[in-house]
Amino acid sequence: MRNSFFSKKIVAVIFLIAGFVSAQNHEGEEVETGAHDLKTEIKEYIDHHLLDSHDFNLYSYTTDTGEHKYVGFPLPVILWDNGLKVFSSSKLKHGEGVAEVDGSYYKLYHNKIYKTDAEGTINYGGHHGEETHTEDAFGENLVVDDSHPTNEKPLDFSITKNVVFIIAVALLMFLVFRSMAKRYQKSTMPKGLGRFLEPLVLFVRDEIAIPNIGEHKYKRYMSYLLTVFFFVWIINLLGLTPLGVNVTNNIAVTFALAIITYFITTFTGNKNYWKHIFWMPGVPVPMKIILAPIELLGTFIKPFSLMIRLYANITAGHVVLMSIIGLMFIFKNWIGSPLSFLLAFALSLLELLVAALQAYIFTMLSALYFGMAVEEDHH
Amino acid sequence: MEKLIEQFSFGLFFWQMLLFIALLLLLRKYAWKPILGAVEKREEGIKDALEAAEAAKKEMQNVTADSEKLLREAKVERDALLKEAREIKESIIAEAKEQAQVEGDKVIKQAQATIEAEKKAAVADIKAQVANLSVEIAEKVIKEELSNKDKQLKLVDDMLGDIKLN
Repeated sequence: MRNSFFSKKIVAVIFLIAGFVSAQNHEGEEVETGAHDLKTEIKEYIDHHLLDSHDFNLYSYTTDTGEHKYVGFPLPVILWDNGLKVFSSSKLKHGEGVAEVDGSYYKLYHNKIYKTDAEGTINYGGHHGEETHTEDAFGENLVVDDSHPTNEKPLDFSITKNVVFIIAVALLMFLVFRSMAKRYQKSTMPKGLGRFLEPLVLFVRDEIAIPNIGEHKYKRYMSYLLTVFFFVWIINLLGLTPLGVNVTNNIAVTFALAIITYFITTFTGNKNYWKHIFWMPGVPVPMKIILAPIELLGTFIKPFSLMIRLYANITAGHVVLMSIIGLMFIFKNWIGSPLSFLLAFALSLLELLVAALQAYIFTMLSALYFGMAVEEDHH
Repeated sequence: MEKLIEQFSFGLFFWQMLLFIALLLLLRKYAWKPILGAVEKREEGIKDALEAAEAAKKEMQNVTADSEKLLREAKVERDALLKEAREIKESIIAEAKEQAQVEGDKVIKQAQATIEAEKKAAVADIKAQVANLSVEIAEKVIKEELSNKDKQLKLVDDMLGDIKLN
């Protein structure tokens, strides 16, 4: 919460500075034409960056002939559409081509795969009007926000860029912590990377698990708390690398994490926990009846807030950081670029903090909910 | 909110759930349990060592305290013994004095009694001898006196005259 507030403050400051700089811009000889297109392009780029991708692209550029070139490698696309269909994402040609697999045609449109005919026709519903047309490349026409393609959407289990990074982080974590665990078999003193990681493990245990769950019951939650802490932290940090990946700003990822917290809370809740939800002790009977649905709703709102908090903080961080980097291309004068660089640098440092802080908050609040679930009756 | 639902990718959710739960289970078995176990064992060891050191320190303190206590007790005992001895000495002296006094008094009394008795006996003896002598003298005198008639008469007269006087 505090972070999003902080981000808002920073955004406000940026707008102030941007106003100042653009005022300068108007005085200068910079021509307005083209600037709008650039801004749109930056916005598109940011929007695109925030989305998942079926390819692993490092960067893309447009050739003199107006053709988009992508540098990266394709990833496997796995679809469930009357049977399992697996093909390389290079067939989709970044939304420009139609992939033909076993007699079915698929097209990538706004990062989603639709089933089309052989020409790759996308049919629109919603407020888009009567016209039906094919779309090439993502976001060429920006006024499609209200429209929904009516084409059939096959279930998409593709190994997208985010999935690749989830696998990478999982592998990295397993190897690092497995080797750390092996070291302990030889001596009880940590060695190598363990010297750095052990204080973090102990931090999760002593500052997060024990104070929130309690001395006697924290042990069975430690595996989850440690896994989620390191997973979120590492994947947040990877989001700050120039690889252009951001896993935790996908609502699906934070939803998955939050729902695990919810299930653990629900399935380990003791009698006292449920009693406090459905029949709050110590209040008059009418109040008990009013409180029960509120408390029950609260059990869903808690993990929901976990999901939104992580998603929103990381998304906001990425949007602000990329916007500031984008400023560099908009203000092509002596003040814009250094300012943009300094702000982006400062903000990157802040984002490093946010990456760790969000991991901490997610773990801390999960531990708090587990603590509530296993709290003993004190009355 | 609508945008969020629109953005929601079931495929990503599926992979995240699958991979995360797999990671969780693998790490629990192969990493977290051994790591936390080792850390706990080490902490236990440190705690035990500290406790042992604390216990040894306490023991040491106890020993010092004990020896000090012993010393103090010995001193007290010595003082008590000395005091007792002094008291005994004094009481013995006092008793001896008293006894001597009593004994002396007794001896003196006996001596006095003996003296008294001796004196009485001597006086009685002297009296008896004086009486005997007086009788003998009187006999001789009378014998002498009564050898002549005049003298006898005169004696009777004198004696009579004495009696009157008495």
